[in-house]
Amino acid sequence: MSKFKTFIVLALLAWAGLAAAQAESADDAALAPRLQRMAQTLRCVVCQNQTLADSRADIAQDMKAALLEQMRRGASDAQVRDFMVQRYGDFVLYDPPFKAVTVLLWLGPLLFLALALALLLHLRRQLAAQMNDATQEAEQATESAARP
Amino acid sequence: MIRRTVPLLLFLLLAAALALGLLRHDPDAPLSSALLDQAAPGFELPRNDGPQETFGPTNLRGTVWILNVWASWCAPCREEHAVLMAWSESHAAPLVGLDYKDPDGTAWLAAQGNPYQVSVQDRQGRVGLDYGIAGVPESFVIDKAGRIRRKLVGPLNRALVERELRPLIEKLQHE
Amino acid sequence: MTVELAHLALMLALSLALVQAVLPIWGASRQDAGQRERALSLAVPVAVAQSACVTLAFAGLLFALGENDFSLRYVAEHSNRRLPLPFRLSAAWAGHEGSLLLWLQMLALWTLALARWGRSLPAPMRARVIAVLGMVSAGFISFTLLNSDPFERLAQVPPDGRDLNPLLQDPGMIFHPPLLYMGYVGFSVAFAFAVAALLDREFDPAWARWSRPWTLAAWSFLTLGIFLGSFWAYYELGWGGWWFWDAVENASFMPWLVGTALIHSLAVSDKRGGFRHWTLLLAMACFSLSLLGTFLVRSGVLSSVHAFASDPQRGLYILALLTLAIGASLALFAWRAPRLAAIPAFSWLSRESLLLLNNLFLLVSAATILLGTLYPMLLEALHLGSISVGPPYFETVFVPLMAPLLTLAAAAPFTTWRQTAPARLWLQLRWPLLAALGLGLLLSLSTLHSMQAALGLCLGLWVLLGTLWHAGHALKPGPGASLLQAWHRTPRATVGMWTAHLGLAVFVLGVSLVRTLEYSQDLRLNVGRSATVGDYQFRLAGLTRRDGPNYLAARADIEVRPARDPQAKPVLLHPEKRFFPVQAMPMTEAGIDRGFSRDLYVSLAELGADQSWGMRIQVKPFMSWLWCGVLLMALGGFVAAADRRLRLAGRTQACAQQAQGLPLALSPQGARA
Repeated sequence: MSKFKTFIVLALLAWAGLAAAQAESADDAALAPRLQRMAQTLRCVVCQNQTLADSRADIAQDMKAALLEQMRRGASDAQVRDFMVQRYGDFVLYDPPFKAVTVLLWLGPLLFLALALALLLHLRRQLAAQMNDATQEAEQATESAARP
Repeated sequence: MIRRTVPLLLFLLLAAALALGLLRHDPDAPLSSALLDQAAPGFELPRNDGPQETFGPTNLRGTVWILNVWASWCAPCREEHAVLMAWSESHAAPLVGLDYKDPDGTAWLAAQGNPYQVSVQDRQGRVGLDYGIAGVPESFVIDKAGRIRRKLVGPLNRALVERELRPLIEKLQHE
Repeated sequence: MTVELAHLALMLALSLALVQAVLPIWGASRQDAGQRERALSLAVPVAVAQSACVTLAFAGLLFALGENDFSLRYVAEHSNRRLPLPFRLSAAWAGHEGSLLLWLQMLALWTLALARWGRSLPAPMRARVIAVLGMVSAGFISFTLLNSDPFERLAQVPPDGRDLNPLLQDPGMIFHPPLLYMGYVGFSVAFAFAVAALLDREFDPAWARWSRPWTLAAWSFLTLGIFLGSFWAYYELGWGGWWFWDAVENASFMPWLVGTALIHSLAVSDKRGGFRHWTLLLAMACFSLSLLGTFLVRSGVLSSVHAFASDPQRGLYILALLTLAIGASLALFAWRAPRLAAIPAFSWLSRESLLLLNNLFLLVSAATILLGTLYPMLLEALHLGSISVGPPYFETVFVPLMAPLLTLAAAAPFTTWRQTAPARLWLQLRWPLLAALGLGLLLSLSTLHSMQAALGLCLGLWVLLGTLWHAGHALKPGPGASLLQAWHRTPRATVGMWTAHLGLAVFVLGVSLVRTLEYSQDLRLNVGRSATVGDYQFRLAGLTRRDGPNYLAARADIEVRPARDPQAKPVLLHPEKRFFPVQAMPMTEAGIDRGFSRDLYVSLAELGADQSWGMRIQVKPFMSWLWCGVLLMALGGFVAAADRRLRLAGRTQACAQQAQGLPLALSPQGARA
């Protein structure tokens, strides 16, 4: 009888283990697109300009496994990202974050554009003034020519 | 006249920025540690010399020590090995090894010599990840309060040890 | 012995360069006609001699590499006995010291070209241009000799070299640096023209006309150089990417953008005498970006696949050169810039205005890329942490800037100088505009389902149809003029413009379509097994050992058939996985099948325990359009450079008159566009 019980317990454990493994892989399948998305926003720290998703480096695989583990524990996208940033710094974010220190980076292009437009407007005023002056001169010239 | 000097001034500004960037560039630390001046991530890992026992940073609170991430499969680690052996003989600061994803670590230490006061096994590589390593070998200098004060990427050589490591350890020991 | 001679030749070149730099400028400003004649007549021979010496030096390095002279440190570091000869020779520009010598060699070639084809230039101008080139040459030769000498000997001669980086052992890598440097160095010619113009006591506005063919040629070479770099990365790096916004790629892209602005601005300066200050500054900016690129690659400030071994001392030297060259020329500008006589006025809607907008957008893009490239370095220098700026940033900021530029590209040829009536412009443009919008929206919303694709398609089609429309109108056989006659009458500059703009359109269409439609899959295959990816079936037919002269390789035979037609004749792909024992480096060679409508791309990863090979399979529709587009742009540049009108000496007088400043609002319309 005890052998039978042992057998039942073992079978139950095995089944539970299998179920857990299946659940894990089912979860993994569900998490796979999320993992892929996250991996595409993180940088492979040993590669030149590659995302975690694209990289085949060992450490990249480890990082992806760690990401998956965090996701399985129920962490949100932001928390998972923080997990990586805590360990590797802002460097690991493929897209530079919008922080106080990167304000100039993100606003820079807009500033340049504004500068260019200001230059353009200035030029327009200058040209308009010139056109005015030139037409005035011409009018005066024709007037003085018309006068006998 | 003033307007015509604007391009020159802008350019000199750019040149100054480049000079600044060049002079302040630190080639020895390509990836500055995100964990500098922060508490060293804790762990409890089985020791190489006795997997039943564990070891963690809390064991060394109050001492200045060095965490060296290594593996028997890593070629530059072998270069580093002699330097580490010399270091351990000088008894300047305890050397703790983090054996990274390495099934043969214990055997290798037994054969080649063990410079570490303690070496622990990071089979999955999770602790290495916690420390933000990008490869092996890397070394971390940890102070008495358990904070990471310096990260050195790549194999240690004698010059680096004498020039940077020893003075830093001394400074931290007097804190 | 040859090496010693080469070294000596380089030192001689330095002395000659110094003479070349000083003599013509001194001579051109002499009052005594006899003295002036003698000094100016020496300019070209000295320049030719200097170029010959540089060529000798470069030949010496090539000889040392070809003969496996490992007593030379450079050869020992970059070459190997088992390396095939073409790669042994191209190792000449694989490392820092050698690539500097290549830079000098390209400068020598441009100087010789100027000596040979610049005869139609007025003598004082030609002399001054040669002088400025001499200064640049002197700067670089002194840097090479003092800091980065390729002819340095080793105390102990190793039996064999360290081998060339396997990544560089490729035909693409043989041609990419020379073409790129032809472009970079070519911009020094544009720079020389600008400085020469400023050195002239009486500023000659014709400098723009003289400078145009040279600048166009330089721009075309740079286009080809960048193309080759991308093309190489695509097939060599193994993951199907072709542009990574890598620091060094940006370093070549910025001069290209500013160069594009420059060639358009030169057109205005040449034809209308306007934008004078602007064009001068652009020419200097272009060259300074070339030098900046050199600085970034070699100083170690930025880490990149391209970067040569970093050395801050080198970086400082180049920065000093850069500061001296550009600082001095900008100071010259501040001092001597031509007094802004009345710039020929133009209205809001006119060709000048659209070209000005073109310039502004190009410059804002270049400035943005500069900001993104340097930002991590600046943060690090100020101890504010380390971030990384990569493709997501650059794409976010660059693409919106390109949209207005593309809009302008098709519209501008239809505008006229000084003033264009909006109604008339609309009448001319409406058909291509509506067709582009209609077709673009239709295609993107029906088959592609993407707003991004919609934008790219509409813009690309707009430039395509607009340019074809313009060409069609210009070549329309009218009464008394056949198509052929119209073709002959069309200036090459215009044909060049059509070609380049068409190239731009094809490129934009290619990029939009590839980005939207490409797909990929990572999978494992055993020999004999197949998998379906998208519209295609891929079968691993076989695997063979295919060792090369200095590597071991496994070569896969992959058969690709359309998924819906499994019996069709297959397309064969042969990706390889190579291992280079000397540097212990694995490499992957992608198997690519290029086609008009798609590229098939397979790269091998690693062998699994079960003898299956991991691989990445990619299908990239319309990838070839990307390459064709860029090649067309380069072709357009070369065609435009060959325009005979740009070499006519007789135009100087007319241009000078135009610049005198008649009440320009009333002056007759300038030269026909």
